[in-house]
Amino acid sequence: MSNESKVKIALVVNGELTEVAFAPHKTLLEVLREDLSLTGTKHGCELGECGTCTVLLDGTPVLSCLALGLACAGHSVRTVEAMAQGGKLHPLQETFADLGAAQCGYCTPAFLLAAEALLASNPKPTRAEIKDALAGNLCRCTGYIKIYEAVELAAERMNGRV
Amino acid sequence: MLRLPSFRYLQPTSLSDALKMKADVGPDGMFVAGGTDLYPNMKRRHQEPKTVISLMGIPEMRKLEGWNVGTCITLSTLSNLPTFQHSAVASAARLVSTPLLRNMGTLGGNLCLDTRCNYYNQTYEWRKSIDFCMKKDGAICWVAPSSPRCWAVSSSDIAPVMVAIGAEYRLVGPQGERVVPAGRLYNNDGINYLTKQPDEILVEVRLPAPNGWDAVYHKLRRRGSFDFPVLGVAAWIQWDGKTVVDARVVLGGVASYPQDVPEAGAALKGMSLGAETIAAAAEAAYRPSKPMDNTDFDLSWRKQMTRVFVTRALGDLRDRHNK
Amino acid sequence: MAEYRVIGKALRKVDAVAKVTGTTRFADDLAFPRMLYCKLLRSTEPHARIVSIDTAAAASLEGVHAILTGRDLPIPFGILPVSQDEHTLCVDKVRFIGDPVAAVAATSEEVATAALDLIKVIYEPLKSIASAEEAVAHPEPRIHDYGDGGNLHKLIDLEFGDADAGIAAGDVVREDLFFFEGSTHLPMEQHAAVAMWAPPPDGKLTLWTSTQTPHYVHRAVAKVLALAPARIRVIATPNGGAFGGKSDPFNHEIAVAKLAMLTGRPVKITLTREEVFYCHRGRHPTLMWVRTGVKRDGSITGMHFRSLLDGGAYGSYGVASTYYTGALQTVTYHVPRYHFQGARAFTNKAPCGPKRGHGTPQPRFAVEVHLDKIAEQLAIDPAELRLKTLVPPNSLTANYLRVGSMGLGTCIAKVVEGSDWKRKFRKLPEGRGVGLACSSYISGAGLPIYWNNMPHSGVQLKCDRGGGVTVFCGSTEIGQGSDSILAYIVAEVLGVDPFDVAVVTADTDLTPVDLGSYSSRVTLMSGNAALQAAERARQILALHAGRKLDVPVERLTFAGGRVFDSKDRKRGTSFAEAVQWAEAAEGTVGTVGSYTPPQSAGKYRGAGVGPSPAYSYSACVAEVDVDPETGIVRVPTIWIAHDVGRSINSASVIGQVEGSIYMGLGEALMEEMAYRGDLKVVHKIPSLLEYKSPTTLEMCDVVTYLVEDPDPNGPFGAKEVGQGPLLPVMPAVANAVYDAVGVRIDEVPITPEKVLKALKRKQKGEPARYGPDSFPEIPWPEPVRVPTPWEGGDGKAVDRVHA
Ligand SMILES: Cc1cc2nc3c(=O)[nH]c(=O)nc-3n(C[C@H](O)[C@H](O)[C@H](O)COP(=O)(O)OP(=O)(O)OC[C@H]3O[C@@H](n4cnc5c(N)ncnc54)[C@H](O)[C@@H]3O)c2cc1C
Ligand code: SF4
Ligand code: FES
Ligand code: FES
Repeated sequence: MSNESKVKIALVVNGELTEVAFAPHKTLLEVLREDLSLTGTKHGCELGECGTCTVLLDGTPVLSCLALGLACAGHSVRTVEAMAQGGKLHPLQETFADLGAAQCGYCTPAFLLAAEALLASNPKPTRAEIKDALAGNLCRCTGYIKIYEAVELAAERMNGRV
Repeated sequence: MLRLPSFRYLQPTSLSDALKMKADVGPDGMFVAGGTDLYPNMKRRHQEPKTVISLMGIPEMRKLEGWNVGTCITLSTLSNLPTFQHSAVASAARLVSTPLLRNMGTLGGNLCLDTRCNYYNQTYEWRKSIDFCMKKDGAICWVAPSSPRCWAVSSSDIAPVMVAIGAEYRLVGPQGERVVPAGRLYNNDGINYLTKQPDEILVEVRLPAPNGWDAVYHKLRRRGSFDFPVLGVAAWIQWDGKTVVDARVVLGGVASYPQDVPEAGAALKGMSLGAETIAAAAEAAYRPSKPMDNTDFDLSWRKQMTRVFVTRALGDLRDRHNK
Repeated sequence: MAEYRVIGKALRKVDAVAKVTGTTRFADDLAFPRMLYCKLLRSTEPHARIVSIDTAAAASLEGVHAILTGRDLPIPFGILPVSQDEHTLCVDKVRFIGDPVAAVAATSEEVATAALDLIKVIYEPLKSIASAEEAVAHPEPRIHDYGDGGNLHKLIDLEFGDADAGIAAGDVVREDLFFFEGSTHLPMEQHAAVAMWAPPPDGKLTLWTSTQTPHYVHRAVAKVLALAPARIRVIATPNGGAFGGKSDPFNHEIAVAKLAMLTGRPVKITLTREEVFYCHRGRHPTLMWVRTGVKRDGSITGMHFRSLLDGGAYGSYGVASTYYTGALQTVTYHVPRYHFQGARAFTNKAPCGPKRGHGTPQPRFAVEVHLDKIAEQLAIDPAELRLKTLVPPNSLTANYLRVGSMGLGTCIAKVVEGSDWKRKFRKLPEGRGVGLACSSYISGAGLPIYWNNMPHSGVQLKCDRGGGVTVFCGSTEIGQGSDSILAYIVAEVLGVDPFDVAVVTADTDLTPVDLGSYSSRVTLMSGNAALQAAERARQILALHAGRKLDVPVERLTFAGGRVFDSKDRKRGTSFAEAVQWAEAAEGTVGTVGSYTPPQSAGKYRGAGVGPSPAYSYSACVAEVDVDPETGIVRVPTIWIAHDVGRSINSASVIGQVEGSIYMGLGEALMEEMAYRGDLKVVHKIPSLLEYKSPTTLEMCDVVTYLVEDPDPNGPFGAKEVGQGPLLPVMPAVANAVYDAVGVRIDEVPITPEKVLKALKRKQKGEPARYGPDSFPEIPWPEPVRVPTPWEGGDGKAVDRVHA
């Protein structure tokens, strides 16, 4: 419980080597939000049923509510807080903002990271591939359409840039 | 936030260490792989291990050599392998839950997945309110109150495929190692659904080499992702030209184990896959399919769907063969 | 048409960057030093008397700082003055599984949870009521000791003209029964709240909470804690989705407030997903019966509509919801005589309330499917039938609703053309079909929740000498974009960049009252208030700029961050300097604006629900694929046209339309708030996995047409969009299923089981239908009789005829 002794691990969070101590039963979601104050990562069920807690673990999108914090020692975690760099939004953030892909914005960090991972492995996804890649993330506000459009536009812009 | 109870977490890096750790902690210890089944269950207090031993750091279990698959490979790896001949295995893996979950969940966890039931996959408080059932903390089965056994449902997508294609499992335990046909791992009992001892580790799955057989997997569920199967149909056929030499139809999601329906296989043997043969096999599979009222959807509809899905799976096999 | 620089453009929302960077602070993102965590112990009985609660063991657990039970908070509350039937924690009775009975504040959620396990509650179970029909049949035991008798919470009977005679005058008289299953909002964000207490002499409570209605929470907290409202500050954090589910004051909000006062430490609660299902306030399961008379030419002669709502365990907005199941039938098609009877029952389930469309999606489903059947009987194309019976713009309906702009005809034309309706309807191959339905929704309710004659929305506006503008308003951002609307309107009027407008909202200490983000009222009401405040500011600025620049005030234009002579663009100054001139002359430049809706025309009892400053309209065509072997329905495409009056931001409007279609699709096909009644009345599976919300793989393509028929009551002509487009989806899908396979599913959701059952009946030559087949006897009261406007009525009820 709360009096449980903490364990300390080192991991890379958003590119920075980070040491953090927490109770051994804590999930990555709880460690990020509560021990590292990275509240950009959200949660909707804590049971693997919504995708709202998505983060990238070694570049792969995973459910932080089902990942044990301790299991992440030595690994690299990326959250929405790292997407904007040098005061500039990531192209996906730009297009999500411009096209209205974030309504309440609660699911948005998860969608952004899942989309980022998709574009990293598939720079020119089709609409069907986008739907497949985002099928593990629920959004109750947008009906997803603006999200697809934002991913497509970001992909176009990112491809144009290279 | 729904949280995990407190426990000790161990990360062995070899099979022998894992077995030793388990021996040290005894029944209070459990193995975990991806955790996508165990952790939600622990949050709802279905399983309450004091020590959790991760298998993910054991290199031997992450190997993929020929037709031998280490059980700690993730479902994404399993479903994305481009050279993977066993398309039924890959497609069953791809049909599990969501891309995010498949990046974490493993083959071994899937094959050892806890059985599911609408009265069981609930929080502690919910279960307390209707009173606990015999699968955890209680004495009665709410699905079949006069039944002496639990009818929780085998909900793995990949297990029926493994049984259908005749894969073998390599298990390692304190007593040594054994290799069993996939079907032998499962029990038609919602509580003791595995014949494996709790201290045995499922290390590797040996897939049969592709030689003249084909298999498909069809899954029924409400949504195209997230949802567990309420019916899975794995169908396997050994071909000789246009003739079915041998066949197996295995149903998932309708019993506490992947249910091989020998009558359906028998209806296909020696035949070519015409509409009538398919209908006969579908009818044979339909009869023993006895879903209980403990998953999504109405049970009589699920039963009716057995016929439709077996027909479709066999039609699919025929079309693949004719191509 | 006026040229706007901001209005109508697809601009970025003012909070978009915060949202895409994860910096928006939702309630659960807040943390304070020494903060305690609260957990609620919830009832495990659906209906029971509380015999005793023993908290001693829990209280002695290390880390537990305070425990509350019902007796600590005896004052009841509830959103409607007529239904003050909730307690923070149940006092002597529990009414559903999930009803809170105790609250713990501890140093961590883990400790709080462990403490809950140690609390012993002894219940004496009472017979429970699982459905509205059961409530009608069993007046005893009563779930509440108020209402309209037995377990009936509310009975309504309103008759506008002699409906029976009207119906009899039809060439076709048709009667149908429908059922609409309950569903829930399922916002992705679980409710959360944090309370902080500054001890006396300050004696000040601050409550951050994910609510849509900070003003109503403010009132409820003041009432229950018996604190002066001046000593309470409620801050609504941005809502991570709400859809109506966060518009009641909730137990957990009051519990953390009290716990903060007791412990002197900040106290936070974040509900689990399961608890969100228990908060509910979602769509009422509704049984409906409708009889309509129609002439051969398609005109309606009269309608009689009955609804029976399963209200769950508490009143919530239920009285209003019940009225809403009858109110808006008249604003789409001309119904010359109309009789409405509505009943709401108490049952031992989580309380129902307002979900997107509040009380109107159910009757809309019934009426639109009913009309589809009538069109078939009359052999008229369903689109044509509707076009023949449209309510004229600027008219009064039989129940005294004042319709202003009315673009439904245009909406129908758009979707008929866009979907290629004429070539598809009754002509697609078996298994594929199209269906059409229409709807209308209010842009804000004509009356507030509690009686008062103050404005519904207020805005304060401050111009800074640096050129920035700050707008303060009580309205709450729930994802619908209300913060942006304020900025756009102010920016348009003052000619500044919307991103130079700072928006401060939903804070009872800082912002003037706005009643809340419900009833699709915010764009129209707070938009009008902002418009008024901005126009007043412009007047002040123009006065002094005109003097300084020596330009007549009427010739001044505010645009591009400048104030200038429209005849000589060079003669002007920056907006900032204009503010400085005004400030030098008059002092601080600040204005206020407010909005009160027009008086409603109806004066009868019950006339308060339905009137709105403006009605939005939508028409929808759904195309479906039905698998005849499984009954599984897929929806590839939906075409929707929505009359929004004027879009303030076209991207936001389309976003609201698409989101509405999404939610409607879920309700049409799979979402249901299902209960078990066999063992105990308990939610079947309160989880995100088993409550089926469509994923990317179920969501259909949406083709949206915006129809802009500006309404004089809306700011720049704007009407609502957040809810209306949801309404036609369910009936359009049902009608399309009929077109595809010839079976009528008169029940929502349209699940494969139901479709297959109906198909089997069709094969056997039985009526090819799935749906309810009876409506229970209800002790309706004597109707309130109101002569229609065309019968010389003045909106008042005529005296009851005494026998
Ligand atoms: C929302 C949701 C949806 C899901 N949908 C599906 C679905 O559609 N289809 C489906 O099949 N599954 C589904 N699952 C279940 C589960 O996530 C997957 O089956 C996954 O593959 C389990 O693997 P894991 O490694 O995460 O298992 P874990 O949770 O790590 O383990 C599961 C069980 O197996 C035991 N175990 C694991 N590996 C071994 C081993 N090598 N040897 C011995 N014992 C072992 C563990 O002790 C534990 O009891 C779903 C889960 C969730 C939360
Ligand atoms: S089948 Fe019966 S015993 Fe098994 S989990 Fe379900 S209710 Fe419990
Ligand atoms: S919080 Fe829902 S999947 Fe993790
Ligand atoms: S934007 Fe609200 S849940 Fe996706």
